[in-house]
Amino acid sequence: MNYNLDYLKELESESIYVIREVATQFENPVIMFSGGKDSILMTYLAVKAFHPAKLPFTLLHVDTGHNFDETIEFRDNLVSRYGLKLVVGSVQEAIDEGKAVEETGYNATRNYLQTNVLLESLEKGKYDAALGGGRRDEEKARAKERFFSHRDEFGQWDPKNQRPELWNLFNGKKKFGEHFRVFPISNWTELDVWQYFKVENVELPSLYFAHKRQVFERDGILLADSEFIQKKPEERPFEAMVRCRTIGDVTCTGVWKSEASDIDGIIEEVSTTRQTERGGRADDKRSETAMEDRKKQGYF
Amino acid sequence: MSHTSELLRFSTAGSVDDGKSTLIGRLLYDSKSIFEDQYETLRKSTEKRGEEGVNLALLTDGLKAEREQGITIDVAYRYFSTPKRKFIIADTPGHIQYTRNMVTGASTANVALILVDARNGVLEQTRRHAIISSLLQIPHLVVCINKMDLVDFDEKTYVKIQEEFEQFASKLDINDLSFIPISALQGDNVVSRSENMSWYEGPTLMYYLENVHIGSDHNFIDTRFPVQFVIRPNNDEYHDYRGYAGRVAGGIMKKGDEVMLLPSGFKSKIAKIDTFDGELNEAFPPMSVTILLEDDLDLSRGDMIVRENNQPDVAQDLDMMVCWFNERPLMLNGKYTIMHTSNEARCIIKEIQYKLDVNTLHRNLDDKKVVMNDIARVKLRTTKPLFIDAYDKNRITGSVILIDEGTNETVGAGMIV
Repeated sequence: MNYNLDYLKELESESIYVIREVATQFENPVIMFSGGKDSILMTYLAVKAFHPAKLPFTLLHVDTGHNFDETIEFRDNLVSRYGLKLVVGSVQEAIDEGKAVEETGYNATRNYLQTNVLLESLEKGKYDAALGGGRRDEEKARAKERFFSHRDEFGQWDPKNQRPELWNLFNGKKKFGEHFRVFPISNWTELDVWQYFKVENVELPSLYFAHKRQVFERDGILLADSEFIQKKPEERPFEAMVRCRTIGDVTCTGVWKSEASDIDGIIEEVSTTRQTERGGRADDKRSETAMEDRKKQGYF
Repeated sequence: MSHTSELLRFSTAGSVDDGKSTLIGRLLYDSKSIFEDQYETLRKSTEKRGEEGVNLALLTDGLKAEREQGITIDVAYRYFSTPKRKFIIADTPGHIQYTRNMVTGASTANVALILVDARNGVLEQTRRHAIISSLLQIPHLVVCINKMDLVDFDEKTYVKIQEEFEQFASKLDINDLSFIPISALQGDNVVSRSENMSWYEGPTLMYYLENVHIGSDHNFIDTRFPVQFVIRPNNDEYHDYRGYAGRVAGGIMKKGDEVMLLPSGFKSKIAKIDTFDGELNEAFPPMSVTILLEDDLDLSRGDMIVRENNQPDVAQDLDMMVCWFNERPLMLNGKYTIMHTSNEARCIIKEIQYKLDVNTLHRNLDDKKVVMNDIARVKLRTTKPLFIDAYDKNRITGSVILIDEGTNETVGAGMIV
C-alpha cells in the first residue's frame, strides 16, 4: 500500500487545516471575496472544511462599483448555491459620503480606495479574522506572508516583525481591536489552482475563458473597453479573443489574448507562458514595492 | 505539463556570497519558473543599483529592507515544479543572528540543502546549518559542494570536504546524507550532468530532489489524531452527526479500528472517516478528515484519538530543546502560554539545563542566559497534561511553541526530548 498523498490533496489538506484553525481561534471570521479564482478556491475549500455543517463564515465583497458584470452574477450564484451570508462594502458609497476621493485622469482606479472601505467594513462587522486568497507565488512581498498574519489596530502589516510560524502551530492571539489576515492557500501556485479546478470540476466565471471582447491597448497591456476607463484619443478599441488571468476591478485588470476556452486549454497556457499573472495588473506597476506598500496600509 | 505527484519541501540556508541565490535562481530558471516580466523587473532593479547583469537574489529578497541592505532577513517561500514533483523552497538567511528564521524554515522541510564553497571547505556556518537540520530532524540532508569551477573541478578537493563533513556529521543525528559537486553559476550537476566532472557518478541535484524517497517521512506507525474542531451541523438531515475534524498526525486510521480517547481513557470504534468527497476507508498523515465514533462520547478540541496499545506520554513535566525567538530573554520561572497540537495550556520554566553552541555542539552549563537565537535545553511544567511524543518519533506531537502572555508574540519553539 502506498501512503503518499497526491500533492493537490496535500495542499487541500493543509488549507482545510488552516481554515478549521480559524474557526476555532477566532470569534467572527470573514472571507474576503473578490470574485477572482483564488477567493473562489478558498470559499470552496472552506465549504469542504465544515461539511456537512454550513460554512460558519460570512463573505465580504469590497465592491469598487467598477466590476465586470460576470463577477457579480457569479458571486450571487455562489452565495445562493451554498447558502452563504454576503456583506458588501461599497466604494461608491464611501465616495458619495465624502469618505473617499476618486482619482481622476487616464489611469484613475478605485483600487487604492478599496483599502479604507475594507478596513471600515472589517471594523463595522467586528470581524477578528479576514481570510484572503493571497498566494506566495504571486508577488515578492506576498512570498514573505504568514498563514496567520497579525494586523495592529490600524490594520497595518509590519513585515519586519512577523510572528515565526513553525510546524502546524498557528498563533492567532491578539489584543482587543487587532485582527488577523489569514491566507489558507499560501502554498498554491497559479498552476496548482487550475489543476485542482480541473480535478474537482469547479465552476468558474466565464471571464477566465477565452471570449470575444472590445479591448484597447495601453502601455503594452490590453484593457477591456469600459465606461469606467477614460481612453486617450489615440486609444481605439478593437475586438479580440481574450481571457482574464486575474480578476479585479475593470480599471486595472489586463486581459490576455488567448484561445483557451476550457480548463485544459488554460493549464496548457499557464504551464507554457513566460509572463506572471500579475504582469497585467496596472496596480502592481506603480512602483517596485507597490504591493508591499499597499499591504502595510492594510490592503489585502 | 503532465500530472505532478508528490510535494517536497526543502530548506536552504546561506549568506550573500556562497551562491545560494544563484543556485535557487538556476533551479527556478531551468524549470521555467521565472517569468519574463519577473526577469525584466530584476534586470531593471539590478541596473538601478548600479550592478551588472541580473542579481537573482533580488528575486527572493522581497522586502524593501532586504533589498536595501542586500541581505535575506525573513524566510521566503519559492515554488517550482517538474513533471515528477512540486517543490516548496523555504529560503532562509544563514547568518547566526537569524538562527530563528533557519529553524522556522527547517520545521516543515523534508530535505535540507546545505551549500559549501569548494574554496573554503566546511565553515562554522556549514556546521551550524547541519546542526540545526539535525536538531529539527529534517529526514534528508544534501550537501552541495559549490563553485567547483573555481577549483578546476578537482575531485580531491571534493573528497576532502566530503570526508571533513562526514567526520563532523557522525556526532549528529542524521539519517540520510548525500554529497553533490556542483557549479550553480555554470549549471554543472544542477539540472544536467557536468561534463567537467566525469569522476562523479552520483545524481544531479535536480535528479536527487525528484527522486529522494520521502514516502517514509511521516510517522505511519503510531496513531495520533488531535481533535481540532467538532462538526455538529444541527439540521434535520444530520441531526445526530457529531464529527471530530482534524489532521492525522501519525499512524494509519481505518474504519472499524478500536480506539482510545485521551484524556478520558474511554474506548470506542471508528464508525466512519468522513470528507466532503465522501467516506474513506482509511486516513493517514497529513490528511485532514472528520472522524465519527460509534459511541456518543464527549470529545473536544485538544483531545486526542489513539490506540490503546500505543499511547503517547501523558505528561505535565516536559524536557525539551528550545529555540528562542524574542528580544526579551527566556525567563527562568517565567510563565508562558504553550501550544501543542490542538491543545493549549500555560507553563512555567522550571530549569534551564544548558545552552547549546550551534557552531560546535558544545553544551554550556555556565552561561544560562537564553537570548534571541539561542538554543537551550529546558524543563517546564504545564498546567494540565499534554499528550506528547519525542520529537524524533513524531515532529507533530513532539513540537510546541511558547507565547508571551503580555505581547502575544511567539517567543520560542520547543522540540520534546
